[in-house]
Amino acid sequence: MRAYLSRRYRLSASHRLNTAAFTDEQNRAVYGKCNNPHGHGHNYVVEVTVGGPVNAETGMVCDLVELDTCVRKEVVERFDHTNLNLDPLFQDRVPTTENLCMEAYRLLAAAFDKAELVRVRVEETSNNSFEYPVDALFAKR
Amino acid sequence: MILLTRKAEFSASHYYWNEGWSAEVNERVFGKCANKNGHGHNYTLEVTVAGEVDATSGFVVDLKQLKDVMEREVVGVYDHRHLNKEVPEFAKAIPTTENIAIAVWKRLEGKIPGAKLHRVRVYELADLFADYYGEP
Repeated sequence: MRAYLSRRYRLSASHRLNTAAFTDEQNRAVYGKCNNPHGHGHNYVVEVTVGGPVNAETGMVCDLVELDTCVRKEVVERFDHTNLNLDPLFQDRVPTTENLCMEAYRLLAAAFDKAELVRVRVEETSNNSFEYPVDALFAKR
Repeated sequence: MILLTRKAEFSASHYYWNEGWSAEVNERVFGKCANKNGHGHNYTLEVTVAGEVDATSGFVVDLKQLKDVMEREVVGVYDHRHLNKEVPEFAKAIPTTENIAIAVWKRLEGKIPGAKLHRVRVYELADLFADYYGEP
């Protein structure tokens, strides 16, 4: 039987929302406080969902230690206590939480092969969260 | 179509052990969870049902009935119990979070008046949960 397992991880990072495609004035107008030249930070929660058949011998979708090891290496250690704007992934894209969520998904999709990576959900604050990808299963909820 | 979710909590003990394996393999695969004296969690159960809103009552499901079914079928059976030793479905299946979600689905399916079971979510910890949608 197919089930889904979700695990939440935490990381703290700073960012500044600014794009070279806009003038300074446009950046201030679009991003508001998030365009503050010195940046600001968040305590992010990264919720990773994997899916697959429940292994009859272990009762598990995948080994939790393997999932933890992969997410910590690929995402938490990469971004925790860093300035997101300095990461190579955010040289050509603004480190909005939409983009952080999609990049975290891509990093994990390339690195984790013990179960299907179904979704990454990132909470920027307790009021803002982002999910990627939006597949048929989750869209119908 | 609308979805409605009701939460409930139960506290239970469990351990992970596959009788087909040696003690060494069990301890390697399951780590601390293989301690046969067991350990416990405060579980949170979220039951999501899907249905149409009744034009007269404005309800998708009678919440009191849903609460009563969850209490009778799941919470009353699991709460303050040792899942491996006292709950029949875990005599053979290991009571992992995934298997608990599947077992709760089987206990509730077809017993909720007027609505269809959509999802069972079981939190073992605030940062660890399993979902089951009734998929084979």
